[in-house]
Amino acid sequence: MVATTQAVATVDLLRWMPLIPLLASLINMFFGARLGRKTAGGLACAAVLASFAIALYVFWLLPATGMFRDTVYTWIESGSFQVKLSFQVDALTAVMLLVVTGIGFLIHIYSLGYMGHDEGMVRFFVYLNLFIFFMLLLVMGDNLLVLFIGWEGVGLCSYLLIGFWYHDHANTIAGNKAFIVNRIGDFGFVLGILLLITELGRQGIWTLNFMELQQHVNLLSPEKITLITLLLFVGAAGKSAQIPLFVWLPDAMAGPTPVSALIHAATMVTAGAYMTARLHFLFVLAPETLSLIATIGAATAFFAATVALTQTDIKRVLAYSTVSQLGYMFVAIGIGAFSAAIFHLFTHAFFKACLFLGSGSVIHALDGEQDMRKMGGLKAYLPTTYWTYVIATLAIAGAPFTAGFFSKDSIIWQAYSSPLGSTELWFIGWVTAGLTAFYMFRQLFLVFHGECRADEHVKAHIHESPAVMTVPLVVLAAGSIFAGWLGAPEYLWGSLWDQWLQPIFGGVHEAAHGSLTDEINLTLLTLAIGGLGFLFAYFAYGRASKLPDRLASLAGGGPYRLLLHKYYIDELYDVLIVRPFTYCSRWLAQVFDPGVIDGLVNGVAKAARGFSLIWREVQTGNVQHYLAGFLAATLALLAYFLKQQ
Amino acid sequence: MVPLEYYLILSAVIFAIGVIGVLVRRNLIVVLMSIELMLNAVNLTFIAFSRYLGSMQGQVIVFFVMAVAAAEAVIGLAIVISVFRHRRSLDPQEMQLLKW
Repeated sequence: MVATTQAVATVDLLRWMPLIPLLASLINMFFGARLGRKTAGGLACAAVLASFAIALYVFWLLPATGMFRDTVYTWIESGSFQVKLSFQVDALTAVMLLVVTGIGFLIHIYSLGYMGHDEGMVRFFVYLNLFIFFMLLLVMGDNLLVLFIGWEGVGLCSYLLIGFWYHDHANTIAGNKAFIVNRIGDFGFVLGILLLITELGRQGIWTLNFMELQQHVNLLSPEKITLITLLLFVGAAGKSAQIPLFVWLPDAMAGPTPVSALIHAATMVTAGAYMTARLHFLFVLAPETLSLIATIGAATAFFAATVALTQTDIKRVLAYSTVSQLGYMFVAIGIGAFSAAIFHLFTHAFFKACLFLGSGSVIHALDGEQDMRKMGGLKAYLPTTYWTYVIATLAIAGAPFTAGFFSKDSIIWQAYSSPLGSTELWFIGWVTAGLTAFYMFRQLFLVFHGECRADEHVKAHIHESPAVMTVPLVVLAAGSIFAGWLGAPEYLWGSLWDQWLQPIFGGVHEAAHGSLTDEINLTLLTLAIGGLGFLFAYFAYGRASKLPDRLASLAGGGPYRLLLHKYYIDELYDVLIVRPFTYCSRWLAQVFDPGVIDGLVNGVAKAARGFSLIWREVQTGNVQHYLAGFLAATLALLAYFLKQQ
Repeated sequence: MVPLEYYLILSAVIFAIGVIGVLVRRNLIVVLMSIELMLNAVNLTFIAFSRYLGSMQGQVIVFFVMAVAAAEAVIGLAIVISVFRHRRSLDPQEMQLLKW
């Protein structure tokens, strides 16, 4: 286990990081319309920039093995159980802070251009700032409860932003779906937290603070830890879109594209991975849970990658690709390689945000068109977008010396070499790497190469996006290359990253088998399958070819249709869960509620009325009757007391 | 000297007459008169005991009762007159508006 002898220093600055975006959000919420669109947008961006500046400063101050804490006040106090509204920054949080505020800032800038003509622009920035606030709560909270507030808050913002264009009913439905599916996950998460409190409380330790939890985790019995971690993982699977709770993420693409980039690719969906990494000391004690996580992660990675092969909506491909990459992160967590998981989270944030923003730029240029069959040849019209897209595609496909190469390869290698890893896990990761290269280059070729298949009147208006949109793209593209250099493998120049996270995850994992030569050979193998994916995409989509059609009609077109319809998972859930559920609800609403519930309530009222109908006969209004009763009672009392004597 | 029991028995009989009158008579004036009967039956008891015990307290209370009874009779009769003007009847059985 990791020694937790970290120096804790108090830094009052921390609270301002979440507070500034919250204030900006509130100001825009109440005065946004009066401030005007430009001021409101500028304020929102400035707030996130301020948070980013503080994050950089804190990052600069942070010693290698230390921790900053800022306790605002004691929130709940009950006996020896205390929950404080308190923030902490350690190496892991610092990384998340930079991702959230840095990439968040870039996406805010981009949104100035992308949402510039939308009538709901102010509302958009209110939600976006609110999201940054909750996300910072999530990564900075020093106990599970603060993390949970952030967790629910980002879920709320996600819901609000998916259904941002609420005039279209489909968007509202997608928002509901995301919210409801997340509720299922959160239910597990809450149960996990409660079980953790009560089980530790049984040992006399009432706390939710991460540091204290880590100190006392050995008090728990292994079975309880397994149960707790399983429940927590249910929450992580909901938020991070793992099988079986991934269905909401592809639909979440109904939201504006910057939202897809920020919330549904770079930050919020990685909250599950962050949470498991934060509680890694629990998870490493539950090997069964870890192996389940690795299996689910691998299955999700592979499954989502296969679906991405056939999708025609530009954002849907990216959505499934996100699910797939999240699967990689959970594979890394499942084999105990938390550092690699967070590293992939970090690099993925760059290239996936870049891809989403690039797709947003394309959609913007094509006047809202999202169907890749109506794109093509955009390379000439959108040069900046094209080149940044190429870089990000190379990065996600794992081309040498790009970010994705380092992070994904590290996971694939450790899936093989880690004591918890296995050849099967490696194999799935390896195949998925090939699929990733294929679907990403397929998308690249479909969108930017070949003939332009857009409608004539759309074609006339294609234009490169303004600088507010292209500059973030360029920055993110640069990040898509250089971010990975922090975590190079040992045979190159060694990993600064693992060194940085050493105080947190140190000792959690060490390579069990596989030599340096194995590592290089496996890397070459991964590169080979990536190259194969690229070549395949090139021959199928890079030039005029009958290959796609022939592949589609393979085996009677069955496999193709299966993938195109996403394995009919949505339909399956509809039949298995949604419809029985609505049927039950309808029965409850139309039969049970009027019959039993209303019947009970009305029955009580009717019974009371019936009794009063009988008893009110007593009250005749005739004074003489009352007096007779009075007399009788007096005589009775008199008789009683006389008898007593 | 008449023994105390005689007074008490007479008083009880008058009181019982008063009670029955209040309960059964169909004329408010008679009901009021019956109430007076009860009050005076009680007064009689007071006086009897006052005499028997040689104490003045009973007599003092009797004066109070008489004063209150006078006031009650005034107000009661005023109500009776008012009721009669309204309803042309003094039958308490017909005065049943005050119910549920």
